[in-house]
Amino acid sequence: MILVLVETDAQGVTLTSREALSFARTLAERLGDQPVEAVATGPLPHPDGVLDHLAEQGVTMLHHADDERLAAYGGAAWAAAVVDAASSARLVIGSGTPRGMEVLAHVATRLDCLMAANVIAVEETDPLTVSRQVMGGGVFERMRLGGEVAVISVAGHAIDAVPAARPSTPAVRTYAPTLTDADLLTRVVRTEQAGGDDTSALTGAKVVVGAGRGAGSAEGFDDLLELKDLLGGALGVSRVVTSLGWRPHHEQVGQTGSRISPDLYIACGISGAIQHWAGCQSARKILAINTDPDAPMVTKAHYAVIGDLHEIVPAINAELRRRLG
Amino acid sequence: MTDVLVCIKRIPETSSQVMLSDDGMSVDARHVGHTVSAHEEAAVEIAIQLADASGGSATVLTLGPADAVEQLRDAVAVGCTRAVHIEADSEAFGPADVATAIADFVRGEDFGLVLVGNDAADTGDFQVGVRLAYALGRPVVTGISSVALDGDTITARGAGPDGDEVFELPSPAIIAIQEGGVTPRYPSIVGRMKAKKLPVETIATQVSPMTYRLGLTSPPEQPSTVEVLGEGPDAAKAVVDMLVGIGVVSS
Ligand SMILES: Cc1cc2nc3c(=O)[nH]c(=O)nc-3n(C[C@H](O)[C@H](O)[C@H](O)COP(=O)(O)OP(=O)(O)OC[C@H]3O[C@@H](n4cnc5c(N)ncnc54)[C@H](O)[C@@H]3O)c2cc1C
Ligand SMILES: Nc1ncnc2c1ncn2[C@@H]1O[C@H](COP(=O)(O)O)[C@@H](O)[C@H]1O
Repeated sequence: MILVLVETDAQGVTLTSREALSFARTLAERLGDQPVEAVATGPLPHPDGVLDHLAEQGVTMLHHADDERLAAYGGAAWAAAVVDAASSARLVIGSGTPRGMEVLAHVATRLDCLMAANVIAVEETDPLTVSRQVMGGGVFERMRLGGEVAVISVAGHAIDAVPAARPSTPAVRTYAPTLTDADLLTRVVRTEQAGGDDTSALTGAKVVVGAGRGAGSAEGFDDLLELKDLLGGALGVSRVVTSLGWRPHHEQVGQTGSRISPDLYIACGISGAIQHWAGCQSARKILAINTDPDAPMVTKAHYAVIGDLHEIVPAINAELRRRLG
Repeated sequence: MTDVLVCIKRIPETSSQVMLSDDGMSVDARHVGHTVSAHEEAAVEIAIQLADASGGSATVLTLGPADAVEQLRDAVAVGCTRAVHIEADSEAFGPADVATAIADFVRGEDFGLVLVGNDAADTGDFQVGVRLAYALGRPVVTGISSVALDGDTITARGAGPDGDEVFELPSPAIIAIQEGGVTPRYPSIVGRMKAKKLPVETIATQVSPMTYRLGLTSPPEQPSTVEVLGEGPDAAKAVVDMLVGIGVVSS
């Protein structure tokens, strides 16, 4: 059996968890028709949506640790619930989100087995060998996962969430996991809304206007912010911009910032270093605006405009205002 | 008074292109400098601030080759007062091996807090902090960008899916730091002098690493397919036409 940790939201199963389910199903077929089962922790915001998504992904069983003590997130507590459902699992798989990573690291430690983080593909099934992103996605590493059980986190948006050829009717097993006091020690005690300018606005945006060192100064963002507003998007920046204190860190895109997947990323005055690319490579389309036609961001983009962003962005804003009336 | 340990890892400084060694087992770092993860720079800053605020000390540790002393000295230059080097061929070490080796050292000491980076910038395993916590029987939280100490209570804060999440846990604990909550300081001239002089404690490890990393490959070079829409402000019309074309703007 392959067990997939699913994260849930108001629609059902999150997109990255559905990607992990698709990854697990393809692997299960290659391993010779292993069933794929799912585990979810705590009260579900939208149970019917969860079951619909699991059916679409061909999941045969949902293990639901329906316990109020799991309503507040905690890595150790969630992992205890996952391990409870994993007794016959040969693989435990989740998505490479911050929570997914934390819970899976606990699971791997509790099961005393290997964990491969940020996996993008299965190379071989016997012995199980995977390929994963390292160096922020700039390099792939082949890793062997021996042993009776192993843990895999699937890199976000590295594979598509594809519905199964035949949908399933998942059975539901509700259970009370064994939780110790130590497991409950590291749960969230409160969540403070960051206001309208939090990271989720950036990660969920359909259009992200990106700005790098080319913005020139903290005062150089007016036109970029106007472009963002005209397109109803969010602002994302490079690490140079946050390090210089021009913009707050929650706007940073990249390996050590947010990973975004908008329909369009407009990268203005950003060179396209590997660590930045790690955060924006899932954008459907990229428009680079840069003085340097050879900048990696320009050569990797779908579209480019060569020149000074301080001349080009105001011109785009004027044209947009004209057309939007 | 809390003594804080912060763990850092020497990694090659790569930004636009990564060269691999001929055997494909590691990054060819002969022509690039070395650094530590951005998360670890933040962890060093937090360690120094907490040690200052509580009247304790900040110790920096790395497991790595002889050259990794360079990264220890960088951390001393900004304010760590003790440096520990577990000398080993870190390339062969997986996260479980690193955690075991660090735990062996920590058991003989009295740190109220051990800080690590969320994930190392090269291998990105995301495990050393968690595995270390289990080896020591201590609580752990990850993705934390700011930490406050009040006696034996640690308040840790990090970004969650619905806002800033706050954790409260008892010392001693392990915390994996995420960049963004603090601004790492630059070394002063006095700091650099101290760093040159401070003796580094070198210790050996009994851990013999497991080998399951089979090698590295670079992603295939993609030929550029960029469509240049124009140069300078005259390109604005072509840009907006493109925005309409891909459905980002409706006209
Ligand atoms: C461990 C580690 C983690 C990191 N994590 C991240 C991360 O999460 N996110 C991140 O972004 N970086 C990260 N970095 C840093 C990364 O390596 C680069 O240094 C950074 O992304 C460069 O930012 P930049 O593109 O704004 O600046 P630069 O590389 O300096 O590029 C500026 C670009 O702007 C162009 N330009 C200049 N003036 C103009 C103008 N007037 N008009 C138009 N174009 C102009 C230039 O041609 C150039 O291409 C990390 C680095 C390390 C070592
Ligand atoms: N060789 C090492 N020496 C010291 N600390 C390390 C080493 N490897 C990893 N760490 C610490 O553990 C964190 C997470 O690493 P990883 O689990 O490998 O992604 C890093 O950010 C470091 O703080």
